[in-house]
Amino acid sequence: MTGEGTVSGVEICLDQVTKRYPGSQVAAVDEFSMTIPAGQVVVFVGPSGCGKTTTMKMINRLIEPSSGRITIGGRDALSLNPDKLRRGIGYAIQQAGLFPHMTVGENIGLVPGLLGWQQQKVRARVEELLDLVGLDPAQFRNRFPRQLSGGQQQRVGVARALAADPPVLLMDEPFGAVDPITRGNLQDELLRLQSELRKTIVFVTHDFDEAVKLGDRIAVLGPRSSILQYDTPEAVLANPADDTVAGFVGAGASLKQLTLLRVKDVDLDEAVTAPTDEDPAALHVRLTMQNSKYALLLDARRRPVRWVHVRELVGGGALSTLGRPVEATVTQRSTLQDALEAILTEGGHVPVTGQHGEYLGVVRIDTVMDVIRTLREEHEHDHD
Amino acid sequence: MSFADYVASRWQELLVDAAQHASAVIQCTLIAAVLGVALGVAVHRSPAGSAVATALTSAVLTIPSFALLGLLIPVLGLGVAPTVTALVLYALLPIVRNTIVGLAGVDPAVLDAARGIGMSRAGVLTRVQLRLAWPAVLTGMRVSTQLLMGIAAIAAYVKGPGLGNVIFSGLSRVGSANAINLALAGTIGVVIVALVLDGAYVLLGRLTISRGVA
Ligand SMILES: Nc1ncnc2c1ncn2[C@@H]1O[C@H](COP(=O)(O)OP(=O)(O)OP(=O)(O)O)[C@@H](O)[C@H]1O
Ligand SMILES: [Mg+2]
Repeated sequence: MTGEGTVSGVEICLDQVTKRYPGSQVAAVDEFSMTIPAGQVVVFVGPSGCGKTTTMKMINRLIEPSSGRITIGGRDALSLNPDKLRRGIGYAIQQAGLFPHMTVGENIGLVPGLLGWQQQKVRARVEELLDLVGLDPAQFRNRFPRQLSGGQQQRVGVARALAADPPVLLMDEPFGAVDPITRGNLQDELLRLQSELRKTIVFVTHDFDEAVKLGDRIAVLGPRSSILQYDTPEAVLANPADDTVAGFVGAGASLKQLTLLRVKDVDLDEAVTAPTDEDPAALHVRLTMQNSKYALLLDARRRPVRWVHVRELVGGGALSTLGRPVEATVTQRSTLQDALEAILTEGGHVPVTGQHGEYLGVVRIDTVMDVIRTLREEHEHDHD
Repeated sequence: MSFADYVASRWQELLVDAAQHASAVIQCTLIAAVLGVALGVAVHRSPAGSAVATALTSAVLTIPSFALLGLLIPVLGLGVAPTVTALVLYALLPIVRNTIVGLAGVDPAVLDAARGIGMSRAGVLTRVQLRLAWPAVLTGMRVSTQLLMGIAAIAAYVKGPGLGNVIFSGLSRVGSANAINLALAGTIGVVIVALVLDGAYVLLGRLTISRGVA
């Protein structure tokens, strides 16, 4: 999610941060170390109870770490006054947590008020923020939270978090309680905002789709907040670090935009192909010359049957017994979503077949990732 | 003398008694509100503390008011001191209980957000928790006020102020000319003062409870 604004966020470093709740044998967060680059969205994703919230709340010290170091923009967070620290960090949570007895305007203006801004300036800022999150100030400023829909409440929650223009934003499942369509819209809006604001955002979710959509980087967390993988969404999708991450990716990864595109919309790549009766040694030579690792074996009617790795060709034996069977193929009419899922089972690429099951080419993970990137950029521009 | 004639001839004294009655009740409710809210705030986070505070304040209610007032005479003498003490003690339970309930009813997400955006503990208490618990506290005060209306009348027994004196002097001369008129005037006076104060609570609620939570 690269945008046109200049980076206003700062780097956050967590160094061997541990949280042990009183009376609990095991640590809820165990020696968590991570650097969150300035101006990026890092999404913590992982199963319920793995410690995402605890980890995030230690950054603004809503939960005090038992040990470890945290710096925000180079400053030691643990040596600051916690209330002052929090006024400089935006905080948005599930169900918005708006103050029900205050109007929308009072909710948003609260932090600037705590920071001692002039009334006039606070009022102007409230207007600006309501505009920013897509709510008409004249209509919404004097409403109470209960007079808003769930989605509108979340918008106000985000506006409140942004009110004092903090460099860092912590968001704990901020869109977890709204319907999928509203959630999609809110995510789009956050992407649009972030392309202008370029804050450092720590975003917690257990929805992997959301992580892929919003994150510049995804941290897949396991028990006790152990980092299973910390990488770009593309890399996590393409190369899950282990079976746990793969399970998580597979279970949740349905990039909605990909269901709008078909395999025929992208350029196919050529795999090295061979008939099942070719001489393994000859195939080995061809693969080496073409600098490829895999060959796709085709049966007599040119239908894909097996993948064979270049290393497997040296041991001898008939081609038809080497490698592993092709598990999944897609057709020109399959969606890129299907293709991506197939690629993840096949490992990096999936054969595309024609009307009679004959080989046409392959779709590689890079191709799908390029499409995702393009889609995402286009999506951002829709809002400009 | 008919009741109407009696009231017409004595209305100035009756009005003073009624005003003193209302004033005593209101002041004692306010003292109890300050103490009760403080107590509620102090104990609301601990279930054991809440249970103890509720049990103690409700134990007071089981003591008959005559008995409590009588017990206070040797300690505090007659007049204002025992009256105020007894009334405040009786007023505590509804206020403490409702404060605890009101504070417990505040959405944890709201508290999390309040702390998370950098409000101090005192700020969270005064600007969020007590504001949100206020409707419950006010209801507690309203109940206490009603409760005290009757008990304050009995405080005339320890020479406390108010309409109780009218009732008592009626009761002490049963059989004489104005006995019934006195008792009736005092009793009706208590009822009227109670109704007026109840109306005041409704108005106060309108004025002080945010439209966002009303
Ligand atoms: N206040 C607390 N006291 C004791 N244990 C706690 C406390 N808060 C959380 N825990 C424990 O710490 C672990 C991590 O909790 P945490 O809330 O960080 O998980 P999470 O990843 O945010 O889960 P979810 O997705 O359900 O929100 C859990 O096992 C939880 O039971
Ligand atoms: Mg959580």
